[in-house]
Amino acid sequence: MAAKTLTIDGQLVSAEEGQTVLDAARDAGIHIPTLCHLNGIQDIGACRLCLVEITGSPKLLPACVTKVQEGMEVQTSSDRLRRYRRMILELLLAERNHVCSVCVSNGHCELQTLAAEHGIDHVRFEYLSPRLEVDLSHRLFGMDHNRCILCTRCVRACWHVEGAGTKNVAGRGIQSRIISDLNQPWGQSETCTACGKCVAACPTGALFNRGATVAEMQRDRTRLEYIVTAREKSQWIV
Amino acid sequence: MDRLRLATVWFAGCSGCHMSFLDMDEWLVELARFADVVYSPFVDHKQYPENVDVCLVEGAIANTDNLELLCRVRARTRTLVAFGDCAITGNVSAMRNPLGSANHVLRRAYLDPGNLRPALPAEPGVVPRLLDRVLPVHQVVLVEHFLPGCPPSAPQIRQFLENLFAGHGQSGECAKVRFG
Repeated sequence: MAAKTLTIDGQLVSAEEGQTVLDAARDAGIHIPTLCHLNGIQDIGACRLCLVEITGSPKLLPACVTKVQEGMEVQTSSDRLRRYRRMILELLLAERNHVCSVCVSNGHCELQTLAAEHGIDHVRFEYLSPRLEVDLSHRLFGMDHNRCILCTRCVRACWHVEGAGTKNVAGRGIQSRIISDLNQPWGQSETCTACGKCVAACPTGALFNRGATVAEMQRDRTRLEYIVTAREKSQWIV
Repeated sequence: MDRLRLATVWFAGCSGCHMSFLDMDEWLVELARFADVVYSPFVDHKQYPENVDVCLVEGAIANTDNLELLCRVRARTRTLVAFGDCAITGNVSAMRNPLGSANHVLRRAYLDPGNLRPALPAEPGVVPRLLDRVLPVHQVVLVEHFLPGCPPSAPQIRQFLENLFAGHGQSGECAKVRFG
């Protein structure tokens, strides 16, 4: 495969053709924040945290779905990008009820960690405080819509890794919800195999093992990548 | 140098942030060398005084008493610090917001559980009226600094205060400070 040479934050980087800017940056040790990206599942560029500036492009592009090109000049952390990322995170925190102190994922949450990394010590927007459900109908897992950021990692893990197609998104805009099957209680789903891949994929405290209490949800993020690599390349890399 | 006039107030919160303040242990003796605590749940002053240099505000704004005192605190304080998650995000104190207005919340707490003599608490002049929404402090008045955490740890509070007194303002160690 042909190699492409590009610059990321002024650093010369060599990448394989077909690689994404995100992968190329990570291989070069350059950190680009992400939320909807998870190694092993297909990228969709939904969360917009990985937006980068590319010289010659008037638009900001999501690094997770942008392929490297020869001679590309990428900026990953300009003032403008940092400002936008901060705003995205604050809007996520304001949209639903993220009460870190009593959350199952306190201390292990990607949203919480990113907020801290971006120096967010308060949210400038008014909290919407919507009234949302917690689905505890499944015998093994729970879904707390208060903590969901609609990254759809669970949906993609369910469809593309497990192949069950239980999880989906219903509604539009602020009414969007993650649903099971035809918007029925998770425990009544006929397609769910109870594999737990959605729970492993969730970046916040939205999906959890039943019985987990505050700060108990720690997930193995490499599990899905391991399964996909094993299946596609017949390599069992731990 | 003039002695620093320090105050702390406790609104809708569990007092955990104040407990964490006490956890600074022997540094409190150090603090007493250059600061006077002029108003606080820890001391016996009944009225919030004039000319306060720094005030740590714990808790969200949940009722009319909170609101009234906060406005007085703001008017009489140079530097206001939102101290802990309840003051900054509403946190646990604001978990009632999705239930709706104050009336909905009171009904849920006092009437729905079906006690023997269900009644809403009403003692004008004694029990302050609940606000319809629990608010973070910065949505009511201007706040100079924020110190998140539930609660912020004693070393974090100490470092924050040391930086503040040294004139650096913000702790500058954001990565170590998070919600929750």
